[in-house]
Amino acid sequence: MPEANDFWGWIGFILSHYGSSFLRGAGSTMLISLVGTAIGCLIGFIVGIIQTIPVSKNDNMAKRILMPIVKFILSAYVEIFRGTPMMAQAMFIYYGSMLMFKINMSMWFAAFFIVSVNTGAYMAETMRGGIISVDPGQVEGAKAIGMTHFQTMLYVVLPQAIRNIMPQIGNNLIINIKDTSVLNVIGTVELYFTTKTVAGNYYTYFQAFTIAMVIYFIMTFACSRILRVMEKKMDGPESYDLATTDTLAYTSGMADFPHLAKDKEDQS
Amino acid sequence: MTAEKKDAQEKVIDVIHLSKTFGTNVVLRDINLSVRPGDVTCIIGSSGSGKSTLLRCINLLETPTTGEVLFHGKDITKGHMDAASYRAKVGMVFQSFNLFNNMNVLKNCMIGQMCVMKKTEEEAKKQAMFFLEKVGMAPFINAKPRQLSGGQKQRVAIARALSMNPEVLLFDEPTSALDPQMVGEVLEVMRNLAKEGLTMLVVTHEMAFARDVSSHVVFMADGVIEEEGSPEQIFINPEKERTREFLSRFRKG
Repeated sequence: MPEANDFWGWIGFILSHYGSSFLRGAGSTMLISLVGTAIGCLIGFIVGIIQTIPVSKNDNMAKRILMPIVKFILSAYVEIFRGTPMMAQAMFIYYGSMLMFKINMSMWFAAFFIVSVNTGAYMAETMRGGIISVDPGQVEGAKAIGMTHFQTMLYVVLPQAIRNIMPQIGNNLIINIKDTSVLNVIGTVELYFTTKTVAGNYYTYFQAFTIAMVIYFIMTFACSRILRVMEKKMDGPESYDLATTDTLAYTSGMADFPHLAKDKEDQS
Repeated sequence: MTAEKKDAQEKVIDVIHLSKTFGTNVVLRDINLSVRPGDVTCIIGSSGSGKSTLLRCINLLETPTTGEVLFHGKDITKGHMDAASYRAKVGMVFQSFNLFNNMNVLKNCMIGQMCVMKKTEEEAKKQAMFFLEKVGMAPFINAKPRQLSGGQKQRVAIARALSMNPEVLLFDEPTSALDPQMVGEVLEVMRNLAKEGLTMLVVTHEMAFARDVSSHVVFMADGVIEEEGSPEQIFINPEKERTREFLSRFRKG
């Protein structure tokens, strides 16, 4: 065992003995954040889309009565889950479901569920902002060629809204990678939980959490870079090709002009 | 069939006693206007006279406060016809182009045909290419709207509207956001369309275009139709003082 004040020695010791635990913890953290963010985005998209459905005086009675109720429930969901800490939500949902409904959630299900509904609340507002940010002219353009509200949203507004909120989706993923650490309160074995356990074994908090910090940073940094590449891809190429020839006219490959090649040779 | 009804069916669009208010602000007052097949109607007048609002009411982008808009004799403001399927037959070209930013030029001209008219991709492409060729934008099919100049965008927007085979095409100040050179290229396209017999209703500040191309000119002021008639009538022998005043600046220039 290394000396008490041998920092690098302890780092090496911890890595060699608990390296696989760290990796498993990091894997769990990554899995919970990715799945939670993905499901959360889906929830957020749906909530955000419903909240931006216009209701006018000309709509039928059912829609005019139902929509405000649905919108009220959804905004209550958003406000409650945005306005309370995820750590408290985790306790509330995990123990509440056990006590009130006799549901014994598995560690994984609880983790996915809590991160998803929490992210969903944030993404709902983000999506609403994304939809509002699309130029109203785009909607008018779509309506003017006879698209319905649903088609306008699907083909014109949502693709642009989602592109606009990509940085925010990345933000949420990164926040989730870090914030899954609060799930240790319900016993989810992720990176923070693992680190705490390892550190407690030999009282090497500094060394163990140095390793945890590095791993967290690698994960968040990699995600932010990957998302940046995805954004670039969504934007398409910077330049475009001019279609100067009839693409159907030259299906048998490039035309060959031997006499021109010969002229060139003569000149040189 | 009564004579009156027959008359109504000949008209593609018939606006009857239409008015529009925004709150207490009266923008349009008792407008009557009809468009027959092959007509090129130009609506002129100073800014704020309600020209664009009238056009937007005709396309139901604004809901008229009172009055009727008949399309082949059917009132479209009373829900006799679904707004989306009506708009598919009445195209609109906007001052700010409103091309779909998330699609390239070709896709812009295909999407409406495919999801509204339910055409196959192949048919839609053929039709789109035909009209892009017509407006001189065929080489740019792979470009995104943000990569085009204003005049190019507007020509694509015209091709997009034409791809839907509209019975009437509404133009809402199509050249107001363009520099003089680009104005020329867009007006050239519109002149050709008029020559081919497309029914057009054009809100414009291009007096030369209104004088030379249109079959009918409407002069609007303060939300009412002040005077209307043939281009000769309006531009050479205007009856009303306000028309003369409005056109005096143009005629001197």
